[in-house]
Amino acid sequence: MTDGRAGEVPLVEADGLEVHFPILSGILQRQRGSVRAVDGVTLSIERGETVGLVGESGCGKSTLGRALIRLREATGGTVRFDGRDLRALSPVELRRLRRRMQIIFQDPYGSLDPRMTVGAIVAEPIETHRLASGRAKAERVRELLRLVGLDPGFTARYPHEFSGGQRQRIGVARALAVEPEFIVCDEPISALDVSIQGQVLNLLIDLRRELRLTYLFIAHDLAAVRHISDRVGVMYLGTLVEIGRSSLVYASPAHPYTRALLSAVPVADPAIERQRRRVILVGDVPSPADPPPGCRFHTRCWLYERLGRPEDCRTVEPELRAVGDGQRAACHYAEIAQKSDVGVVEPASA
Amino acid sequence: MPVLGGVERLASRPAGPRRDALRRLSRNRLAVVGAVVVVVLLVIAAVGPALAPWPYFVQDLDAIRANGNRPLAPLSAEHVLGTDSLGRDLFSRLLDGAQISVSVALVVQLVVLVIGVPIGAAAGWFGGRIDNYLMRFTDVIYAFPDLLFIILLSVVLRDTFLGKAMSGMLLIYLAIGLTAWVTMARLVRGQVLSLKESEFVEAARATGVSDFRIVVRHILPNSIGPVIVAVTLGIPSAILAEATLSFIGIGIEAPRASWGSLINEGSRWIRSEPHLVVFPALALAIALTSFTFLGDGLRDALDPKLRGRQ
Repeated sequence: MTDGRAGEVPLVEADGLEVHFPILSGILQRQRGSVRAVDGVTLSIERGETVGLVGESGCGKSTLGRALIRLREATGGTVRFDGRDLRALSPVELRRLRRRMQIIFQDPYGSLDPRMTVGAIVAEPIETHRLASGRAKAERVRELLRLVGLDPGFTARYPHEFSGGQRQRIGVARALAVEPEFIVCDEPISALDVSIQGQVLNLLIDLRRELRLTYLFIAHDLAAVRHISDRVGVMYLGTLVEIGRSSLVYASPAHPYTRALLSAVPVADPAIERQRRRVILVGDVPSPADPPPGCRFHTRCWLYERLGRPEDCRTVEPELRAVGDGQRAACHYAEIAQKSDVGVVEPASA
Repeated sequence: MPVLGGVERLASRPAGPRRDALRRLSRNRLAVVGAVVVVVLLVIAAVGPALAPWPYFVQDLDAIRANGNRPLAPLSAEHVLGTDSLGRDLFSRLLDGAQISVSVALVVQLVVLVIGVPIGAAAGWFGGRIDNYLMRFTDVIYAFPDLLFIILLSVVLRDTFLGKAMSGMLLIYLAIGLTAWVTMARLVRGQVLSLKESEFVEAARATGVSDFRIVVRHILPNSIGPVIVAVTLGIPSAILAEATLSFIGIGIEAPRASWGSLINEGSRWIRSEPHLVVFPALALAIALTSFTFLGDGLRDALDPKLRGRQ
């Protein structure tokens, strides 16, 4: 990989990562095909970096995030964490490594065991890895609650007594309990009220600085990840279609899909909002069990239509290739897309 | 580190899933009535013989003879609910029947828990082939006519080591339990299947909690509600099964009295002495409805979302 700082092993590295789910049918449960949730993703995340990951529902971003910490088993490719092949680890080794990688979930209601007190929820990772016991454990739990902005006196409370934002903080405290280096944030703010989203986002940013964390920040719209990410990746139907430094991806997106997503982000200034060109994606996302041949996006691509439906879009699958400074896109006509005026919210100075 | 967002004050009422459930249960009048009757029934079963004016097997032959060898009617001098044709005090025999019914309920539900919960949990947790085998086996038991299966089992088991070690009564209980666990296994499997996919279980896996601990600490405690409800609602069917077996004469052995065998004996006198059938039937009906009311109340209390559904 050429992006990121050279000469250092990336903290997380995926190469040609695939997660396919078998489709079984009939009483004999024969495999009829497979859903390619993640279909050949190559991605590396440097230490201390935050990579944003966006895409529509069902594009495989959550599955990718889980496969990166082996919470889902990959069916192909490799994942390395700090240079170690995750897929080759024994269950015991993997469990030990779980101390260093964690996940924060989208649903603040489903991710906390309703039968456990807040104290027990936050203490469980500490007990699992025998990090502290007795009084030291209780003190550590209080310290973690303080760290995420909760009253340390809440340990005897149950999750249902808290608001969505507070529950999300409890989930963050649980993830931090093992002192991880890498955290997959799986849409941590999309289920929260807009007024709370900013608070939780700022909490994550503060924690990143304080604890020198590395994030994969998953979201379904580009606006949410912009604030927090160093680099942004865009996924479509199980593949990464564009990745690059946030400033570049937002200022000169090189994939028609990224441009379409950006054009859907509303702009506060009505003058700009009226001026800018928007494209509206038509049709549904094709089934990941049967992705279109060639470029997966061509069935909904505005550039494909504008260029008079070139044949290579239908027949040749575009590679993720360099289109700018560390920016890569998987489009045969990325240079043309980059020059287009579709979707860009602000002038390139942003 | 700045505290982000207001630290809201929480209501100071003590709360927890259990306390909440208890509060909801106490608001349900039918369930409270059911619970009271169930408690009374349990007390009677525990201290019944001490309450009984007569031992259940003693025949008051003098009274019978004075009555022309006919069962004594209720409200006679020494027998509140009268006697049966052999001069045994009906009230005392009803109390003994309560003991039988409660022990059926306990033993059968214990067997159901011991067999049904592990099988259901294993099927749900491991899935795949194990799930397939366990559930097809469960289907076979489920499809077999219960009564026939119980009769066959008690006959087959009687001559084995197990059967000889146990009294005939316990054998019947065991046989009832061996047919009743299938619903529990299915219920627990469904619970485990849905909980297995929940995010809090995924979170536990992400922090490296072992499979065994996930099942014991997260999955079973979260399925305990429906299990309690199923146990409570399964008790009436167990009592009824025992009564049915005793009624057709393969349950309890004389001189012990079960409500089913009392109804059976009384049925011969139903025209002239209907009280011999009416009182045991009444006891049976009250016990069954109480457990059902309590079970329904527990279901609503433990999972308010299920209210009104079956």
